[in-house]
Amino acid sequence: MTSHSVLKTSAEISLSRQFGEAVGDLPGSVAVRDLREAAFAQFARIGLPHRRIEAWKYTDLKARVAEAAPLAHRAGATALAEIAARPRDVDGAIRLYVVDGHFHPEISDLAGLPDGLSVTSLAAGLDAGRADVLAILAGLDIAKEDAALALNTAFMRDGVVLDVADGAEISTPVEIVHVVTPSHAVSVHSRGIVILGSGSKLGLIERFVAGDAGHQRSDVLQVVVGDGAELEHVAVKSDDPAALAISTLTASIGSNARLASFGLASSGDLSRRQFFIRFDGDHSTLDLSGAVLLKDRMHADTTLIVEHVGLACESRELYRHVIDGEASGVFQGKVIVRPGAQKTDGRMASNALLLSGEAEMANKPELEIFADDVACGHGATCGAIDEMPVFYLMSRGLPRPEAEALLIRSFVGEVVDRVGNGVLAAAEQSLREGLDAAIDVWLAGRALALPHGSPAKGKA
Amino acid sequence: MLSISNLHARIADEGREILKGLSLDVNPGEVHAIMGPNGAGKSTLAYILAGKDDYEVTDGEVRLDGDDLLGLEPNERAARGLFLAFQYPVEIPGVANMTFLKTAVNAQRKARGETEISTPDFLRLVREKASLLKIGQEMLRRAVNVGFSGGEKKRNDILQMAVLQPKICILDESDSGLDIDALRIVADGVNALRSPERAFIIITHYQRLLDYIKPDFVHVLSGGRIARSGGPELALELEAKGYADFNEAAA
Repeated sequence: MTSHSVLKTSAEISLSRQFGEAVGDLPGSVAVRDLREAAFAQFARIGLPHRRIEAWKYTDLKARVAEAAPLAHRAGATALAEIAARPRDVDGAIRLYVVDGHFHPEISDLAGLPDGLSVTSLAAGLDAGRADVLAILAGLDIAKEDAALALNTAFMRDGVVLDVADGAEISTPVEIVHVVTPSHAVSVHSRGIVILGSGSKLGLIERFVAGDAGHQRSDVLQVVVGDGAELEHVAVKSDDPAALAISTLTASIGSNARLASFGLASSGDLSRRQFFIRFDGDHSTLDLSGAVLLKDRMHADTTLIVEHVGLACESRELYRHVIDGEASGVFQGKVIVRPGAQKTDGRMASNALLLSGEAEMANKPELEIFADDVACGHGATCGAIDEMPVFYLMSRGLPRPEAEALLIRSFVGEVVDRVGNGVLAAAEQSLREGLDAAIDVWLAGRALALPHGSPAKGKA
Repeated sequence: MLSISNLHARIADEGREILKGLSLDVNPGEVHAIMGPNGAGKSTLAYILAGKDDYEVTDGEVRLDGDDLLGLEPNERAARGLFLAFQYPVEIPGVANMTFLKTAVNAQRKARGETEISTPDFLRLVREKASLLKIGQEMLRRAVNVGFSGGEKKRNDILQMAVLQPKICILDESDSGLDIDALRIVADGVNALRSPERAFIIITHYQRLLDYIKPDFVHVLSGGRIARSGGPELALELEAKGYADFNEAAA
């Protein structure tokens, strides 16, 4: 392959070698193998994304990723038994485990699945060459250029495929727990697919758990929301101190359908959540929201592209970043309104709270509108904690760290409030408690880091 | 109880002197009204006593029960029994009023080395105080001051005062923006808290509030110091004559 000449960094050279060694063993039919080869060739043309690629401007993987960790192997029985014995975060959820990139049905809750819900492994779907799966893997045009997604396509090992039959309203939440077990650094490439039939409903929670051995994790979830269908998705990344974590959500939304996705990220050195969402049908709604809590030298990037093709769809994006220490946050949001997408109603907002003088936030909202009868807007703010509310709370007896913590909780609370407004309403309380606990853990870590008697101060 | 002597202070960022030798002694059980023209330094005094750090004290001292007050953080002053009812109570989105009250009560108790209040005791305390101020369950469940009317915000501040049970209460223009009914509720709330152990400093521009909260002493703050002190009759005199005399004196 002549393209190898572009792959110069140590990490890129390792990825190329890994792909050559692994491609024969990775699951899939001939068509899948072709897809993998093409995806790797696409990756090889540009290598790891870097700052001169607009979508990766603020998260330069070429510069930041020194080496590619070896591919993870299938976890052993002892590790799996230990995982299966862990307490549950959401009572009554159908829990599915993806461990080190492999779906493990033997420790997942597959007995007595509700009618209309089918759970299979991606690897099986790839081996069988499932036509609908292949069509979804081929992806959306707005995601075609993305090197991280291409790399995942090349290496994807396994994951969960959820099929929800037409009209099936699955009232029990499904929880996919992604675990990375080794005590040494590994890389994991997983992919999940969710296909919601017409008029169906599903609540999906994804939880990411890993040790701090320097893992590199890439996970992709591809969703098809059928006409009149509804998916509420919550992704929790509070216990995943991976060195590198890239999560991608792609979705195509039919007519009169609804997709909501909330994410909490409060761990990990370098993380990115990216969204490629397209409204194919009419009169549908999208609600993307997230809370990102950063400290030390963490870097987190939220990048989304929402494409309105159908008529009269409504999109909402609200992200809140809280950034302390020398951490940095990125929000890039692009809403594209195609010529036929009249009556589009789009609103996007990104707000950041900077808790230290070294904290950084880059906001880049964009609208590309090719229709003339639409209402679209965006707003981005960035600032320190207001001193007036801090003084108000202190004057009532709260020490400064507690006053600041209360205000940070309040700032983040406005996005956490969006959880459980859809299909996951029944799980709202346990979800909220889990999210609040994760936020408290982050705040407690921050309080410990505050030098005693010399509180951080912002300018009002 | 509270002793302010020769207090000089300026705005930290711009250096303009606001207080120029203010002295005032407040004993337990007393109600002092501080009146004065706009810009006399009334709110500055309130903020300095509560510990807002936009001001720099250049001379003089303030003692609470004999201890230096000015070296303490706002929360330490609160725990020692000082309370400021704000001219503009601050909105805290996403924090329920009840949660906030309980957090404040327990933060103060912790600072004083006391145990946390039990939930039944806390609920009983809030219910009793809230009913006096005509604050219903709905207002207690809502986020602190968010979407409250001007009158509701002032009543909510007085509720905090009633629940926290401070020994020195400073009310900064608690009458501003209130209609006569809201004014009466706020005044009733304050009067219910009057006791031989508790003192009040009522800062106001108008005499109106003092019809409802009877002061023991009235002081005129002008030109950064107490220009004149007297009994309740001084407020009536100011109402009749205005602050013109003092403005000239200050100029």
